[in-house]
Amino acid sequence: MSDIILEARGICKYFYDPVKVKVLNEINFSINKGDFVAVTGKSGCGKSTLLYILSTMDTDYEGELLIDGELMKGKKEKQLARIRNEKIGFVFQFHYLLNEFSVLKNVMLPGLKLGKYSDTEVADRAMEKLKMLGIENLGMKKANQLSGGEKQRVAIARALINDPLIIMGDEPTGNLDKKNSEIVFDIFKELAERYKQTLLIVTHDQGFAANTHRIIEMEDGKIIK
Amino acid sequence: MNYKLIFNIAKSLLLARWKQTLVAAIGVTFSITMFITLLSFMTGLNDLLDGLILNRTPHVRLFNDIKPNKHQPINSTVTYGKDYNFINSIKSSSSRQEIYNSGAIMESLTKDVNVMGLAPKIIAPVFFNDGSIDITGVINGIDVEEESRLLHFNEYVTTGNPLDLKNVSNSIILGKGLADKLIANIGDVVQITTSKGERFQLKVIGFFQSGLLEFDKTQSFATLGTVQKILGKPNSYITDIQVKLYDIKKAPALAREYTQLYGADAEDIQTANSQFETGSFVRSLISYAVGITLLVVAGFGIYNILNMMIYEKMDSIAILKATGFSGTDVKRIFLVIALTIGLFGGTLGLAFGFLLSSVIDQIPFNTAALPTVTTYPINYNPVFYLIGSSFSLITTYLAGFFPARKASKVDPVIIIRGK
Repeated sequence: MSDIILEARGICKYFYDPVKVKVLNEINFSINKGDFVAVTGKSGCGKSTLLYILSTMDTDYEGELLIDGELMKGKKEKQLARIRNEKIGFVFQFHYLLNEFSVLKNVMLPGLKLGKYSDTEVADRAMEKLKMLGIENLGMKKANQLSGGEKQRVAIARALINDPLIIMGDEPTGNLDKKNSEIVFDIFKELAERYKQTLLIVTHDQGFAANTHRIIEMEDGKIIK
Repeated sequence: MNYKLIFNIAKSLLLARWKQTLVAAIGVTFSITMFITLLSFMTGLNDLLDGLILNRTPHVRLFNDIKPNKHQPINSTVTYGKDYNFINSIKSSSSRQEIYNSGAIMESLTKDVNVMGLAPKIIAPVFFNDGSIDITGVINGIDVEEESRLLHFNEYVTTGNPLDLKNVSNSIILGKGLADKLIANIGDVVQITTSKGERFQLKVIGFFQSGLLEFDKTQSFATLGTVQKILGKPNSYITDIQVKLYDIKKAPALAREYTQLYGADAEDIQTANSQFETGSFVRSLISYAVGITLLVVAGFGIYNILNMMIYEKMDSIAILKATGFSGTDVKRIFLVIALTIGLFGGTLGLAFGFLLSSVIDQIPFNTAALPTVTTYPINYNPVFYLIGSSFSLITTYLAGFFPARKASKVDPVIIIRGK
C-alpha cells in the first residue's frame, strides 16, 4: 500500500435552501500518491460539491477529511488557506487569471504567498513550469491577451508552482474545444506518468475519464463504482 | 506576513483602475485642502481679532478701584468687632487712585520668576478744549519703551514716532478719532484741562489707531512724567501697574496672590476678556465641523469606489482565496488600497492647503480699523497639518474597512461554482 494523500471518511453534505436536501451521502474513499483519478457522474450528482469539500474551501459538511494524514475538521480559515496554498493546486473550468498581472506573475502569486523561496527563485520556478507546459514564450504577456487554451495551461502552471501534493481540477476541459482539451489532457497525463503528480479531476467527459488510471463514478450523492 | 506581496497586489489593482483611484484621491485632496485653508484662515482671523484686545491687555493689572472701604470702623471695635454688622448708606471712600508704595511693588514684581515684564501707567481723565467745546478724554501716562515691548504700543502708532514722546517735552499722541474731532495735525498744540481745573498745552507728535473706534475717540498717550506734571503729582505717582506673564494661564492665580500681597486690586486677563475666548472657540468649532464634514464626504467617495472595485474583482478575490490567500490577506489588500488613496490624497491636500493659504496670505486686506494689517491673516499652525493628515488616514481607513471586510468574506465556492 502506497502513501495515502487524501482520505474521505463518511462525508455527508446538505443543502438547506429552499429545503433540506442531502447532496452527499456517506462518501468514503482515499487517494494514494501518484494516482490519476477522475470523478464522473451526471450533472447534479454532487461531484463538484464533493471536490470543493475535498479542496477545504467548503467547510460545511459532516464526516472527516484527511489531507496528508491531517484532519481538516476544526481548522481555522487561515490554516486552511495555508494548506490550500502549500498542498493543493487548482485548475477550474474557467481560468481565473488576474488580468492586472503578467502571465509569469499570475503563476508566481501562490509561490510568493507561500514565501518558501525568494522572489527570484519563485520567478525561476514559474518559468520552469511554463517551459514544462511549452508556453514559456507567453511569460511576459498580460493574462487577457491569451487564447482560452493558453490560459488554461497557465492556470495549470499556477497550480504546479508550489509542488502540491495533489492537483484538483473542476471540469478543466469544460470550456475548451477538442484540440485544446486534448492538449490539456496530455499535460495531465504527462504530469501523472512522468512526474508522478497526484491528480483528482472532476469531469463529465467520458473520453477524458476513460484515459485516467482510476474512475470514481457518482450518482445521487453516492459513489457507485 | 508577506506585506511586500500584499502591497504589490494592491498596487496592481490600484493602477488597473487608476482613473477611479484618481477621482477618489482628488476627493481627499480637495477636502484636506479646504480643511487646512479654512482652519488657517479662520484661526488667523481669530488671532487677529483677539490680538486687537489681548495684545494690548496686560495679563494682570494692579490698580486701586473706587469702592467702599472693607475696613469699617465698627468692625475694629472691641465690643462689636466679632458681630455681623449691618451698615446703611456706605459711600465709596475717597481714597487715592495712586498705588501705595508703587516703587517697592514694582521692584518686587521684577524679581518674580513668573513675570516677563511690567509697564507702569497713569490714567488721567481730562478735557480737551477746542474753542468753546470741551471733549472728555483720557491721557494715559506710559513708559514708552516698556509699553511697546510688552503691549505692542508702537504697532498702533500710525503716524509719528512713538519714541518722540520721550524726546519732545510736553508731547502727546492722540487717538485718530480724537484728533479728527479736535482737527489736530502733527505739530499742533492742543489744550487740556484737568479735573482739578489746571490748564496745559501739549504738542501733538503722532496719531494712534487701535482698531476700536470708540477707544480711539477718547484715548491719548503721554509719558509718565508729563502726566505727573499735569496732575501736579510727585514722580512716584502711578495708578496702574500692568504685568505681562510668561504663562498667561497663571494670571488668575497670580492676580489673587498680588491682591493679598500688595493690598491693591488685581484683575487678570481671563476675567477682563472672557467673551473673546468664547468667540474664538465657537469660530474654531465651526471651522473644524466644516472641515470634518468635507472629509466624511470624501470618505463616502472612497467607500463607493472600493465597493465597486470589489464587485468587479470578485473573481480575482475568489481565486486568490482558492490558491491560499486567507480572508485577512484579502482584507489587508483592500485596506492598503484605501490607505494609499488616503495617504496620497492627503499629502497632496496638505501641500495644496499650504499653497492656497499662502495665496490668501498675499491678498491685500486694508481696513481703517486695522492699521497694522495689510493682507488677510493666516495662521500656519503645524497642528492643523497634523490633524488634517491623521483625519485623512482615519476616514480612508474607515471607508476602506467595510468594503475590505466584505471582500474578506467572499466565499470562493459560490463565485467559482456560479460560473
